[in-house]
Amino acid sequence: MEQPSVKQVWEWLDAVPDPEIPVISLVDLGIIRDVAWQDDTLTVTVTPTYSGCPATSVINMDIETALRDHGIEKLQLKQQLSPAWTTDWLTERGKARLEDYGIAPPQPAGGPERCPNCGSKNVQKVSQFGSTPCKAHWRCTDCLEPFDYFKCI
Amino acid sequence: MTRNEALFEFLQRMGDNTLILGHRISEWCGMAPVLEEDIALSNTALDFIGQTQFWLGYAGEVEGEGRDADRLAFHRDAWDFRNVLLVEMPNGDFGQTIMRQFLFDAWHSIYIARLLKSSDTRVAEIAEKASKEIAYHLERSADTVVALGDGTEESHARMQKALDYLYPYVGEMFLSDEVDVDMAAAGVAPDPSSLREEYDALVQKVLDEATLSVPGNRFAQKGGKTGTMHTEHLGHLLCSMQWLQRAYPDGNW
Repeated sequence: MEQPSVKQVWEWLDAVPDPEIPVISLVDLGIIRDVAWQDDTLTVTVTPTYSGCPATSVINMDIETALRDHGIEKLQLKQQLSPAWTTDWLTERGKARLEDYGIAPPQPAGGPERCPNCGSKNVQKVSQFGSTPCKAHWRCTDCLEPFDYFKCI
Repeated sequence: MTRNEALFEFLQRMGDNTLILGHRISEWCGMAPVLEEDIALSNTALDFIGQTQFWLGYAGEVEGEGRDADRLAFHRDAWDFRNVLLVEMPNGDFGQTIMRQFLFDAWHSIYIARLLKSSDTRVAEIAEKASKEIAYHLERSADTVVALGDGTEESHARMQKALDYLYPYVGEMFLSDEVDVDMAAAGVAPDPSSLREEYDALVQKVLDEATLSVPGNRFAQKGGKTGTMHTEHLGHLLCSMQWLQRAYPDGNW
C-alpha cells in the first residue's frame, strides 16, 4: 500500500468525533498537535484537554481504530503536555457546531455570549463545574433553560 | 542523597499530594449537599488524579525500577507515601472539606507557579498543564469559603471550627528538608519556606472576607512529606483505595 499523505491522515482524523461531544471532531477540538511519518511509522501527537479527562483513553482508542481501518499498520500515539491545550485551539467550525448542539462556545470574556437555546444575553452562572471537566453550568434567565458552557482554559 | 534520589522524592511528594486529596474528595461523589457541589468535587478529584498520573509516571521513570504510576499508587504502603498530612485529614462535614481544599489550593497555586520556571523540562510541562486547572480549583474553594464563612451563624461556626482544626497542618507545606534544598539548588523547585509570606497574604485576604479568624498558634504537625509519621487516617484511606490491587494483584480490565 502506498503511504497516505499527512494531509490525507488529517482528513481521516477530522472524521473522528469527540466521544463526549460527538458533533465536533478531534481536529475541531484542537487536540491533535501533529501528524508525521517517520519511515514507515505514523506518529500522531495528541494533547489532553484536562489532566484527568476520562475521555482521553477513549480518544486514543478511537484514533487508533480509525487509522487502522484506513490501513495504517505502524502507528505511534504520542502524548504532549506543552504547550498546554487551550480553548483558543477550537476551530471556528467547531465553535459553531457546539452552539448548534446546545453548548455555549468559550469566549475570551470568560462567560457565554448568549443562551445557545434562545439567544438571550441574560445568562447567569450556576457552577464553574459542569457535566465534564471542560464545561461549566449556566442558565438562561429568559427561557429558563440550563445549559453547558465550554469554559476557557 | 543523589540528585536523582532527591528528584524521585520530590515527584512522589507532588504526586502523593494530588493522589491522596483527589481520593479524599472523590469520597463525596454522590453524597455532596447539592448536585452542583457533587459535580464540582468530582471534577476537581479528576483533575488531581490526572495530575497524579503525570507526577508519579515521571517519578517511576526517574527511579528506574520499572514502577509506573499505578504501581506507585496502589502497591506502596502508608510509610512510603510522601503527601503532607493536611491532604489525608478526614473530610468531616462539607465545610471542613472545603476549608482543607482552600488551604491546599492556595499553597498549590503558589507552588505550581514557581514550577513553571523549573529547570527540569518535564516538571515545567506538567506544571503548565496543571496550573490552568489549579486556578479554577482555587477560585472555587476561595469563593465557597467566603460564602460559608460569611454565611449563616451555623455555617460560620462550622467554618471557624474547620479552620481551627486544620490550621496546625498548614505549616508542614512550608518546611524545608534536604530534598527541598537540593531541588532548589538544582532550580527544579522552589524552597517551600520562601513561599510562606505570599501564602499568608492570600489566605488572610480570603479569610478576612469570610469573617474568619486565622489562629495565632503556628505549631505545625509534620511527618507526612518526609514519610516519618503519617496520621492514622492515611492507612484507612489506603485500605479503601488499594483494596482491589491488594486482593487481586495486577488485576486489570
